[in-house]
Amino acid sequence: MSVSKPIITLSGVNKYYGEYHALRDIDLTIGEGEFFSLLGPSGCGKTTLLRTIAGFEDVSTGTLHLDGQDMDGVPANRRPTNMVFQSYAIFPHLTVAENVGFGLRRASMSKDDKARAVGEALEMVGLGGYGARAAHALSGGQRQRVALARALILKPRVLLLDEPLSALDKKMREQMQVELMRLQRHVGITFILVTHDQEEALIMSDRIAVMFEGQIAQLDDPEELYRRPNTRRVAEFIGVMNFLPGTLAQATGGALEIEVAGLGKAVLQPDQQSGGAGPGEIAVGVRPETMSILYDGETTDRRIANGTVDEVVYYGDMTYYDIRLDGIDAPLTISMKNYVDKPVLDVGERTRVAWDARSLMAFPG
Amino acid sequence: MKGRGLAFYAVIYLVFLYAPIILLPIFAFNDSTIIAFPLQGLTTNWFVELQSIEALHSAVWNSLFIAILTAIFSTLLGICAARAATRYRFPAKGGIMGLIMLPLVLPEIIVAVSLLVVMVQLFGLNLTRWTVIGAHVLICTPFCIAILNSAFQNLDASLEEAAVDLGETPLSTFRLITLPLVMPGIIASLLISFTISLDEFIIAFFLSGSEPTLPVYIWGLLRFPQRLPVVMALGTILVALSIALLIVAEYFRRRGVARAGKEDAGGFL
Repeated sequence: MSVSKPIITLSGVNKYYGEYHALRDIDLTIGEGEFFSLLGPSGCGKTTLLRTIAGFEDVSTGTLHLDGQDMDGVPANRRPTNMVFQSYAIFPHLTVAENVGFGLRRASMSKDDKARAVGEALEMVGLGGYGARAAHALSGGQRQRVALARALILKPRVLLLDEPLSALDKKMREQMQVELMRLQRHVGITFILVTHDQEEALIMSDRIAVMFEGQIAQLDDPEELYRRPNTRRVAEFIGVMNFLPGTLAQATGGALEIEVAGLGKAVLQPDQQSGGAGPGEIAVGVRPETMSILYDGETTDRRIANGTVDEVVYYGDMTYYDIRLDGIDAPLTISMKNYVDKPVLDVGERTRVAWDARSLMAFPG
Repeated sequence: MKGRGLAFYAVIYLVFLYAPIILLPIFAFNDSTIIAFPLQGLTTNWFVELQSIEALHSAVWNSLFIAILTAIFSTLLGICAARAATRYRFPAKGGIMGLIMLPLVLPEIIVAVSLLVVMVQLFGLNLTRWTVIGAHVLICTPFCIAILNSAFQNLDASLEEAAVDLGETPLSTFRLITLPLVMPGIIASLLISFTISLDEFIIAFFLSGSEPTLPVYIWGLLRFPQRLPVVMALGTILVALSIALLIVAEYFRRRGVARAGKEDAGGFL
């Protein structure tokens, strides 16, 4: 996916804290109106990158352009970005309206216009009528909405969100995910979200940059990222992936014929191979939902492997099975949708697993 | 039984603590120059007499002048130090902060003597209220830093970043966000340093020269037994003022807690 009109361009950005190399050669272009996520485990540099864009950290080497302008030496208070902090950073000594209107203090607007703008911003985040409340009397979800309204009232070119949902409970988080997406479409501003939650990133983003150790490991849209992770590490970080040891049997053209432990021989097309999978040890990846359990009497034209149920995790709508295929030690995770007429298997039961070669991925071993 | 024993101990403890202070107003209103029971009748003469002692007035004025300026200077220094200690990293931070806090445990008599030597012998200064202020700032600043440190530590750094992010300069952020949120700490620091300076005796005795503070003046009065009831009257006024000050301090502390929306973790009262 090419970026239509870039709003943020980083080239060759490095950041050092003394000896510590926090950002390594970041080249990144983010488009106008994009919902962009920086995803990675803690300490991967995603928050540092966000704070660099906000202007709280300066780059050690490299350049950062925002809306076509070099941001070198431009402090945070003069950048066209606003931020929603992880702690929300609601000013506890001010009311909700004073918090939301804080950024308008320096704006040349009449008092009435400011009050109207604050009212509209609160309305937008679903907190109409909350203006006079004391900020410290709000719930977690309300605080977050105030933080959003406060950041959006200045109509920034880019809204930066630092793990904004991590402090909320599961229900609230799911609700806010949908609301944030709707809000982003409504205001049309570029959103950059920092998160360690891969599910959240997949749900909300147009594009995702996966970061490890200060580097961007993969930059793709959610579907591409899930279907074709470019390294084993990305594959393990995004969703669940099983890995089976494999050995190369034969290479014809671009396709590889691989002997996969527990499954047998399979031919993997070029688009099923991530960089460097070749002769020698190969790790064959397979997602839990691409395999299924065959009940007694069920037939299929897919390939079949036999195994024993090792563990059952029941989720209500889904069941996750750990199946130990004949001939290998490590169990394989398979997810199955639950149906009323299909009983959940018990631990120790023998079963058949259907799979296809098309859903396998080859990684360097 | 165990509970009753502890309760008895607590009562004895409180009596021991406050009985001498309660004696102050009793003898301040007693119509006798001798401080002894039985009481001789009610009088307000000692309070009237207070008003006519010129030297006392100037001592009170000296003490207030010194205590107010000491409170302001040491709190200002405390704000700078606490801010630096909580927000910035710099070489030898631990050592520097340790040395700043050292006067907290240094015997005052040593501080007083060494300052006397430095000020008079080395710099040839005249002993005035200003020399006392300098020394009091030295001993009060560690207390101010201790109080302000916790106030600054409780302040979420992202609050200041949020204000900068919303267009404020570092200076206006300090005024609009930092200062109001650490204000309870600043008020507490002002009151503590004011109180310490007001009743400090040893340093004031050595360094006040011809401008004695109230404690130094009271000490001088003790040589004249017939003036003792006047001292009692003066003490009564000071106790009343201290209680008033404490109530004001507690009022501000509670307001600060309420404004920040925090749980009240207990204060003076």
